[in-house]
Amino acid sequence: MKRKTLRLYLVVISLCLLGIATTLVLNAFDRELVFFFSPSEIVAEQPVPGRIIRLGGLVETGSVTKLGDGATFSFRVTDLKASTTIAYRGVLPDLFREGQGVVVQGAFNESGNFVASEVLAKHDENYLPPEVAKALKASGRWQEGAGTGATPAASPAQGEGTSQ
Amino acid sequence: MHRFANPGRFLRLATRIQPWLKGLTALGFALGLYLALWGSPPDYQQGETVRIMYIHVPAAWMALLAYLILGLASASALIWRHPLADIAAEAISPVGAAFTLLALITGSLWGKPMWGTYWVWDARLTSFLLLFFLYLGHMALLGAFDDRGRGRRSAAVLALVGLINLPIIKFSVDWWNTLHQPASIVRMNGPSIDPSMLWPLFTLAATFHLFLLAVLIERMRTLLLEARLRNQRLAAFDQLQPGSRA
Repeated sequence: MKRKTLRLYLVVISLCLLGIATTLVLNAFDRELVFFFSPSEIVAEQPVPGRIIRLGGLVETGSVTKLGDGATFSFRVTDLKASTTIAYRGVLPDLFREGQGVVVQGAFNESGNFVASEVLAKHDENYLPPEVAKALKASGRWQEGAGTGATPAASPAQGEGTSQ
Repeated sequence: MHRFANPGRFLRLATRIQPWLKGLTALGFALGLYLALWGSPPDYQQGETVRIMYIHVPAAWMALLAYLILGLASASALIWRHPLADIAAEAISPVGAAFTLLALITGSLWGKPMWGTYWVWDARLTSFLLLFFLYLGHMALLGAFDDRGRGRRSAAVLALVGLINLPIIKFSVDWWNTLHQPASIVRMNGPSIDPSMLWPLFTLAATFHLFLLAVLIERMRTLLLEARLRNQRLAAFDQLQPGSRA
């Protein structure tokens, strides 16, 4: 075999082995690599109070309220199967609105309420001029929250009925 | 293909096409930036901030493309020992690093008003930062040895190992949930960007490709001329002092 061919095989085989190794490692760390958990996972696992976690999903329509002190917001984050109530004291990002994706970081307190220390808005992959968005909504072809990542199978029929 | 891989032929060809390439790049930037800044609508949610996307997305694509070129050049340098492949690898890595940094900075500037933070450690952002470090590592390794050949070989191995990061960057938004949004252009059911915003993006993306090519050729030309100059100096030195370099 010529040296060139030998080197070619060597490079190809090492890259294949490296690819397999990386795949195995990434699979093993799958749970550490997610940026946030969904409300369903939270409901299923009941994390210990005080442990800092990130929770992602859609802000449930009609759930955003301001509490008595005027600076604390309360809202529910849903993945259309389960939802979690969040309390957050601070300034909300511009893109924060009902039906939009968010990622909140915080922890459950002793009484089982999720207190967020940080709220990040999650933008989806749709880019539209305002007029087109308005026209789509008017013609009923609008899919609220479609493709926000937290809910791969989000349907237009999103709403109150799906919360716990 | 080997016909064009001859350094002398490459230099002659480069001299001929460089003016055209640079002219086209300038025209492309003028048209693309006009479309991106004035000739396109604001987004229904992001408002005017969407315009950052017209630089961020092409810059990120070029960062990936430059790494692919670096990987292929490194592979052919290792396997076929082609001198021009070594030159190409050495020429492309600072360019790729610059595009990576541009994508990181523009993304961060977009992230603050939209997400509410400059930076998060999600899979997409972290793997992209790793790309930047791979470029820096490649540049550092190239110059880390007294023997140029050894430096090039170890840098080429690093570049090949780093290739594994490319699919991770691309699919990070699909494999794991991330704060970064999933792909808008290269995806199964067509782009999810309105045509009025797609055109400025495609114009600038095409221009970025031309720009990458022009800069790559310019740097390869410089590196080749430098090598030629070095050889001539050594030859002149040998003539002045015969027998001084055994």
